Amino acid sequence: MSAQDTIVVPATDAVRRAQAGKSYWARVRERLLADRITLAVTVLLAVIVLMAIAAPLFATHDPMASSVLARLKSPGYNGHWLGTDEVGRDLYSRILYGGRLSLLCGVAPVTLALLIGGSLGLIAGYSGGIVNSLIMRSMDVLYAFPSILLAIAICGMLGSGLGNTILALTVTFIPPIVRISETVTTQVRSAEFVEAARASGARPVSIIRFHILNNVLGPILVYATSLISISIILAAGLSFLGLGVTPPDAEWGLMLNNLRQAIWVNPLVAALPGAMIFITSMCFNLMSDGLRTAMDVRI
Amino acid sequence: MSADVLLEVHAVRRYFPIRGGLLQRQVATVQAVDDISFAVRRGETLGIVGESGCGKSTTARLLIHLLEADAGTITLEGRAIGDSSGLTAREFRRQVQMVFQDSYSSLNPRCTVEDTIAYGPTVHGLSWADARKRARELLGKVGLDPELFATRYPHELSGGQRQRVNIARALALEPRVVVLDEPVSALDKSVEAQVLNLLVDLKSELGLTYVFISHDLNVVQYISDRVLVMYLGKIVEVGPVESIYGNPRHPYTRALLGAMPSMDPDNRGKQATLTGDPPNPINPPPGCRFHTRCAHAETCCSAREPKLAAGTAAGDHLAACHMLIPGSGHSAAPAIAA
Repeated sequence: MSAQDTIVVPATDAVRRAQAGKSYWARVRERLLADRITLAVTVLLAVIVLMAIAAPLFATHDPMASSVLARLKSPGYNGHWLGTDEVGRDLYSRILYGGRLSLLCGVAPVTLALLIGGSLGLIAGYSGGIVNSLIMRSMDVLYAFPSILLAIAICGMLGSGLGNTILALTVTFIPPIVRISETVTTQVRSAEFVEAARASGARPVSIIRFHILNNVLGPILVYATSLISISIILAAGLSFLGLGVTPPDAEWGLMLNNLRQAIWVNPLVAALPGAMIFITSMCFNLMSDGLRTAMDVRI
Repeated sequence: MSADVLLEVHAVRRYFPIRGGLLQRQVATVQAVDDISFAVRRGETLGIVGESGCGKSTTARLLIHLLEADAGTITLEGRAIGDSSGLTAREFRRQVQMVFQDSYSSLNPRCTVEDTIAYGPTVHGLSWADARKRARELLGKVGLDPELFATRYPHELSGGQRQRVNIARALALEPRVVVLDEPVSALDKSVEAQVLNLLVDLKSELGLTYVFISHDLNVVQYISDRVLVMYLGKIVEVGPVESIYGNPRHPYTRALLGAMPSMDPDNRGKQATLTGDPPNPINPPPGCRFHTRCAHAETCCSAREPKLAAGTAAGDHLAACHMLIPGSGHSAAPAIAA
C-alpha cells in the first residue's frame, strides 16, 4: 500500500463529518443538553438566580416591613406565601432578597479566587524551581488553617460586612485553586506537545496561552463550580456567627440564625432558609459534576 | 566530506544531576550523553540505535535544542547558535524539527489537528488563516483528507493517524532536518510500514535530512543510509548501513545484530547474545563502557577508553574497540603497521 493513499474511513463517516467543524465548546454544550439531571439542575438554578436578581419584581411584601401581630405564622397566612419570621416580616420576600446576598457571597469570592489563584498556579507550575516553591509554600501556610477558621479569623480582624466577607472567602479559596492549577500545569508542562511547542521556537507566554490554559481551565472551572456551594455555606456560617452580613439585611445564613430560636414554635418556617441553602448548593454541586463529565474530551 | 555536512555534533556532553537529601544537594550525575561527535550529511538518513537508556532520546533533544549541551557544540551548516554567524535559537529550531515517540502525548488533547499543525507557523509570524491553509495542505501530504481530519481532536484519531499529524506538524515549519525519535515504535506492523513509506516519500519530495532514532534494528536497516550505534552515552560504532549490518566490527554491535530475530531457521541462536542490563549510567564503568558485558574484554579494556577510529578498515566505518586499534594492548588488536 502506498503511503500516499488517503486513509479509508469506515461507516461512521457521516457522524464524523457532523461532528467535525464543531468547536470544543459547541460539543460541550451538546453533551450538557443531553444530560437530563444537569439540565434540570441548571434550569432550577437559573430560576433561583433570576428571581434573586429580580427580587423587587417577584416580592409580594416589603422585606423589611415587620408586624408584631403576624410573627412566625405558617405558610399561607394572610397572603404570606411562606409565612413570616420572628418579627413578622414576609419570609418569601426575604428569601428572594436574601438570595441576592447569598448568591453574591457564593459567586464573587470564587470568581476572584479563580482569577488570582488560577494565575498564581499557572505561574508556579510553569516556572517551577524557586518561584514554584515560593508560591506553593505560602499557600501551604494558608492551608494550615481549616478554611472556616481562616475566614472567621480574617472577618474577625476586618470586622463584619459584605465586602469583608467576600474578601475573607476569597483568601480562603485561593490556596486550593492554586494547588489544582499548579498540579495540572505541572502535568501539562512536561507533556510532549509542550516540548514540541518549545521546539517550534514559541515563547512561554504563547505556550501558556495556547497549550496550557485550555488544559488547565477545565479542571479548575469544574472545581470552582463546586466551591460556590461551599462559599454560600461559609458565608451563611459567617453571618450566623455575626461576622458576615449584618441585620436587618436579608441573607440566608443570617435568617437561619435568627429563626433558629423558633424551631419549636414553627419548625417549617425556621427550616426554610436552611432548605434554600441546601437546594442551591446541591444545584451547584450537581452542575459541577455534569460540567466535569461534559468537558472531558476523551469520553 | 565536510562540504555536505548539514548538522554537526562536536564533543557534546550532557549530564543530569541527581539531587537528594534535605538541601537538594547534587548526589550523583547521570552521564546521559558523554562526549559524542558525529555529522549528519545533507539528504541522508542517519539511524541511531541502542538499548533503552543509552542516550538516544537525550541526543535527539540536544539536536533540536530542547536541551542545552553541557559541553561541545552543535552546528547547522557550520553555524552555531550565538556565534558570530548570527544564528538564533528560533531560526535553528525552525530548521531542525522533531517527531516525538508518543503520538498521543505529543498532541494537545484540546486542540484540533489543524490548529496543532498551524501553531508552529504562527509562532514564526504567519497569520492564523494562512497557517491553517498550510496545515490543510500538509494534511493532504501526509495522507489525511483535510476535509475529514482538520477539525478533529487527537482522541478521535488512530495511532497511525496521530503520527501522521505529528509528522505534518514537524514539516509545517519547512525544516531541513527532521529528528524522528522512535516515530513508529508505538505502531503496529502494518501501520508502521505505511508510516515508514510515507517518511521515505516525504524525504525525497521535500529534500529532507533525517535523524532516525529507534531500537528496532529492522526498521533502521530499512530506512537508514548510515547507522550510529550508541551504548551508555557513547558512540561505539558508526558507518554505512550495509557495512554495519554486513560487517559489524564492535562486539556490542555484533551482539545487537545477533539478537535480531532471523527468518532463517538455520541461522538462529548461534551467536551469543547479551545477557543482563546495561550498567547504570550514574556510575559507568571505566575504560570501555562495554567491557563489563563483553566476551573479549581484557585488562586494557577497563584501563583505557577506546577512541572511535577507522582502525585497519578503510572508509567511514568507525568503531570504538581496542581490538581494532593497533597497539592498544589487546591480544586481538592488529599489529602496528610498519
